[in-house]
Amino acid sequence: MLNYKKLVKFLGFKLGTLMILLMAVSVISFILIEISPTDPVRIYVGEMSISQEKLNDLNEYWGVNQSLYVKVVNWLDNLAHGNLGISLIYRIPVTEVISERFSASFMLMFLSWIFSGVLGFFLGVLAGFKRGTFIDKGVKIYSYVIYAAPVFWIAMILLMIFSVELGWFPSGLAVPIGKVSGSVTLLEWLHRLVLPVLTLSITGIAQIALFTRSKLIEVSSSDYFLFAKARGEKGWSLIKRHGIRNILLPAITLQFLSFSELFGGTVLVEQVFSYPGLGQAAVTAGTQSDIPLLLGIVLVSTIFVFCGNSIADLLYKFVDPRIRESEANDF
Amino acid sequence: MLKDENNEWINVNNEVNDNKEIYNKAKNRVPKVLLSASNISISFSQYSKGLKKIVLNVVENLDLSVHEGEIVAILGSSGSGKSLLAHAILGILPGNSVLKGEMEYNGQILDQKLKEELRGNEIALIPQSVDFLDPLMKIGDQIIGDIEDEKEKEEKRKEMIKVFKNYDLREDTAYLYPFQLSGGMARKVLFSIALINNPSLIIADEPTPGLDEKSLNETLNYLKIMANEGKGIVLITHDIHAAVSVANKIAIFYSGYLIELNETKNFNKNGDKLLHPYTKALYKSLPQNGFQLFEGSQPMNIEIENQCVYYDRCNQSIKECKYSNPELTEIGNGMKVRCHRLDNTYLNNK
Repeated sequence: MLNYKKLVKFLGFKLGTLMILLMAVSVISFILIEISPTDPVRIYVGEMSISQEKLNDLNEYWGVNQSLYVKVVNWLDNLAHGNLGISLIYRIPVTEVISERFSASFMLMFLSWIFSGVLGFFLGVLAGFKRGTFIDKGVKIYSYVIYAAPVFWIAMILLMIFSVELGWFPSGLAVPIGKVSGSVTLLEWLHRLVLPVLTLSITGIAQIALFTRSKLIEVSSSDYFLFAKARGEKGWSLIKRHGIRNILLPAITLQFLSFSELFGGTVLVEQVFSYPGLGQAAVTAGTQSDIPLLLGIVLVSTIFVFCGNSIADLLYKFVDPRIRESEANDF
Repeated sequence: MLKDENNEWINVNNEVNDNKEIYNKAKNRVPKVLLSASNISISFSQYSKGLKKIVLNVVENLDLSVHEGEIVAILGSSGSGKSLLAHAILGILPGNSVLKGEMEYNGQILDQKLKEELRGNEIALIPQSVDFLDPLMKIGDQIIGDIEDEKEKEEKRKEMIKVFKNYDLREDTAYLYPFQLSGGMARKVLFSIALINNPSLIIADEPTPGLDEKSLNETLNYLKIMANEGKGIVLITHDIHAAVSVANKIAIFYSGYLIELNETKNFNKNGDKLLHPYTKALYKSLPQNGFQLFEGSQPMNIEIENQCVYYDRCNQSIKECKYSNPELTEIGNGMKVRCHRLDNTYLNNK
């Protein structure tokens, strides 16, 4: 069914685009940081008192006084060799920090992505099918309220209810205090994931539910829906055969396109729950001017969001029969 | 040999049993009324400026009947409410519409419940184009429909293949998606869908949109064949050619009003036997009938109040036309017209 030649061509094209994008993002963010008033050497030195002479030596060593052009070229050169520098806060290579943090965040993002997608789609179909009933109104009100509410606020409310008042879940961190991360059982870890995942899920549901609902209503007023009715199809079978079939792909696509919002939400949620993921690392790197780490995270998040968008693209090109089986399909 | 009531020969030499059968056949030859509609009005409630609710009448006081083996064309320009009539018969009007009047199917009162039962089985729709098929579902699955029982499904499949054969469609057409069909195939598929459950009444809603002459004739021929098999057909069209070449009766729609119901044979020569000034003007505007164009445009139904719908464009209007909308009047032979100047129409020309 799949056209492999086309697929390889598509992936090659996407890879090329990603390279150009990464280059542009890294250069632009590097320049932005360069013109910002942060002084990396000052942060490297930290609280230590240091003589002007030593400072000058350090400046010389780190190449602070080189021209912007040389700096950018050096940065790209290092980047090409996989060297993202050493984190100023953690004092270990940025790549290590990121890989450790990303694996923690990945589970959080993945679970909430799945939950919000499945539940949101289900609620959206239900609301569209039972249009005008109290179910529909309930889903709509929920979605609008959640849509308007900031993620961190919802996170804080959940935290107040479930860990402060009820004490069901720990209030933060991925590992119980006093334990080494290696010795944490899966259950303990999942226990700590519940609230962050819940927060991201209930916020993620709103968008997909509203989208699915309006898409289903749109499809229900289409000519082919009308004709299906005229052929005697009705009820849930009609919705299943002609409604869901036509809205599933756009909905999945939207879910992949929402990677950027997912990442943004993760940053806030991890901060509230002090969950040691990539998002929290991003906030720390930002507030404490850990420039190498910040740049590293920018690049990783770029790749992450790009992947989401590419998968959405891929789905359309290779799953939708109208595009899949048309002869002239170039991108 | 004897002659029956329709003046056809009956063989009396057969056995009694056969005789009875033939007698019944002969009796049944008087075509049965399949669909009769009277006083049909369709209106929509809409919100115009602000929250002011207005009621928009799109079809008014329509009377129509369709017999077995008969093709009734509903002729009117775009926006005259023809398609809504089709949707009303099938019970698929949108939620904000109101349908008034009585419909009967085969002597039974055709209410929403019966419509839902009959549509797709007894009453079938032939839509305008392939856009009315689900773009993401294979043709076969759409024709067969949602059937759980495997055996029943297999029977439907066989039926489908039989119908496909009648239209020279290959069996594997069933595995194509709608976008893969050529124009000709698409029309055949749409006809196949209508015929799969062997309906008695077929509503063809603009089945000939902008077709070339060959495809047009082919499509009209399909309709003729259906009618010869005894099916009643409502042909909704704005193509006067199509209507004249296949229909038995032609109903003229203007701004939601049925303004004339006439026999197709009267649409010939110089159109003397046509009744309504609009129909006459329409007929004379055809290239082969003088190409006489007439001014003005069809008014929105909402704009008319207590005057003849055709008043603004009519060249034979009298004082009365401005102050009252004429009733649809039967003038014999099943012909009807909505005009104040009956004196000026066919009756006078006779």
